[in-house]
Amino acid sequence: MTAAYWLTQLLNALQYSMLLFVLSVGLTVVFGLMNFVNLAHGTFYALGAFIGWSLLRATGSFWLALVGAPLLVAAIAAVLYGAMIARMQRAGHLAQVLATLGLVFMGVEVMRIIWGDFALDFAAPPLLQGHVQLFGLVYPAYRLFVIALGLLAMVALWLLLERTALGAMVRAAVDHADMAAALGVRVDRLFFGMFCFGCALAALAGVVAAPIFSVYPGMGIEILIPTLIVVVVGGLGSLKGAVAGSLLVGFVDTFGQVLLPQLAGIVVYALLALTLLLRPQGLFPARA
Amino acid sequence: MRKRYLAVATAALLAGTTAVAAREYKVGLLLPYSGVYAALGKEIQAGFELGLEHYAAELGEDTIRLLPEDTEVKPAVGLTKAKKLVLQDKVDVLAGLVSSGVLAAVRDFVDGAKVPLVVANAGNIHATGKQCSRYIIRVSFSNAQITRPMGRYMAERGLKTVVAMAPDYAAGRQDVEAMRGAFEAAGGKVLKEIYTPFRKTKDFGPYLTEAQATGAEALFVFYAGGEAISFMKQYASFGLKDKLPLYAAGFLTSQLYRNAIGEAALGSINSLHYVTTLDNPENARFQQAFQQKYGRVASEFAVQGYDAARLIVAALAASKGDKEKFVDAARTTTFASPRGPWRIDPATNNIVQNIYVYQIVQGPDGRLVEKVLKVYENEQDPPNGCQLAG
Repeated sequence: MTAAYWLTQLLNALQYSMLLFVLSVGLTVVFGLMNFVNLAHGTFYALGAFIGWSLLRATGSFWLALVGAPLLVAAIAAVLYGAMIARMQRAGHLAQVLATLGLVFMGVEVMRIIWGDFALDFAAPPLLQGHVQLFGLVYPAYRLFVIALGLLAMVALWLLLERTALGAMVRAAVDHADMAAALGVRVDRLFFGMFCFGCALAALAGVVAAPIFSVYPGMGIEILIPTLIVVVVGGLGSLKGAVAGSLLVGFVDTFGQVLLPQLAGIVVYALLALTLLLRPQGLFPARA
Repeated sequence: MRKRYLAVATAALLAGTTAVAAREYKVGLLLPYSGVYAALGKEIQAGFELGLEHYAAELGEDTIRLLPEDTEVKPAVGLTKAKKLVLQDKVDVLAGLVSSGVLAAVRDFVDGAKVPLVVANAGNIHATGKQCSRYIIRVSFSNAQITRPMGRYMAERGLKTVVAMAPDYAAGRQDVEAMRGAFEAAGGKVLKEIYTPFRKTKDFGPYLTEAQATGAEALFVFYAGGEAISFMKQYASFGLKDKLPLYAAGFLTSQLYRNAIGEAALGSINSLHYVTTLDNPENARFQQAFQQKYGRVASEFAVQGYDAARLIVAALAASKGDKEKFVDAARTTTFASPRGPWRIDPATNNIVQNIYVYQIVQGPDGRLVEKVLKVYENEQDPPNGCQLAG
């Protein structure tokens, strides 16, 4: 095993981590902020990929799909929020789990009706289709783009949450929703905005993942479990938790496949079990 | 009141007499219409319906009614639906089955009920091996049948070392084992077998890196459906086409999703029991009719459905609904099918057919098509512990 081999595996792990990060950050903030369990998060990921596919086909531009799909999904999320999510906020976790699980199954069927059962091809932009030679190893350019985009999202979200007034309000609402409301923060609007934003991020992850994994109705269900593991391991509601959780899950999964191939299917679940045993609140929960 | 009863009774009698004149056979279709294999279920049924259109006339005045049931790719659901079709609907014959897991679940029931079952996909070697049944006849393929010739072909091509990758479940392991058996018997060596968690693996990057690190001359894989698309695209994106040429069970580049794979499929060498470009009159008629009816090129799954329907029509015509006679007829019928000549092996009830080794190339119209490199004729599985009286 050469250095190039380990470096490639490192990049593989990083690439997967970044995808998980973009996906889980929306879920964890909605979870932490609204105390709302949204199992349909993966559905927005799949929906983003499908809408992105249609946009790509209509316009021929990957970049337009990358921007347009999250916006359209955010609009769908806004409608859903008014119709359902807002009413379910005080309904308790079990009702939320059941209702959003229903959305998951409905979403899969709706996507099958609109886009069919066959997996769809999603071409990476021509600029990123080849591979890059660096330090004596060959790596797909598109995967480097995924890593860069994930890092960019991390920095942007950190700036948003830590360095703006909006971020301060969000953090305040996560810590003490009632106190924040008493101080004049429009907590319900904040919830609404963050829910749509989180869904848009999931859709962004869907478009970004599509050229690597292709697009098919079941993709949202498949990604849901690793995303939930990231949220649980990282701790609810915090950006730091989402970063730590996605890196941990991404690296444990990738290097588990390499070092313990017989156990590849279970190492991530072992990580989850270990976290629940030793630190049930997760690594960096928003509410200590 | 009495008058109405009389009218009903007369109608029933009349219906009874017409039923004697022209029989309606019931065929239960056990296919997944939801879940991961929904696309396969639909494709097999499309082929099956076309087969009935082409051949049901052989039954004369008798007709066939299809009773499709969704197995949901769940063994327990498949068994429930099989029982419903046999006990409640009283079907004359069962057909379908995509997943070998579902086939294994219905095997004992079908065998005990002595209802003929024509398998149109599920390729587990044990279904026509140690768990074979006189009533279960397979017109699709067995896993080993597809990849054994590939092992020989790779050795004939002069390859000495190969690394293998497949999903970690029965089909993946059987495909790799059959390839390895043939390849190593011919002097080659499989350096490493990498099994990826089935349906949980989305990123093949780490495994591809691993495969490359073995230093093998070529990569052999079995992947199908969504995993095939992900795998192919990722294989191409790592720039492995020149360094680690790809040999595969042909489900990797199935016509069903070849468009979704796109140019990443170019150059790969595959083995399969059907090739869309085969030059024979049956295939020309089949492809032309299928494309006219459904607007897409028919895949190997459609051919499996088509041939299953044709076998059922022929066996029903010969047996007139007697199940034992149906089985006898089905076991001895031979066809010139779109995939070439085939017959049922009386020792195992598995199909004996040609296996085609082909390369994916760009056709004159830009479409990705198969170029046949070699034909392994009448590929026949060993009995694998099956003891059906000849």
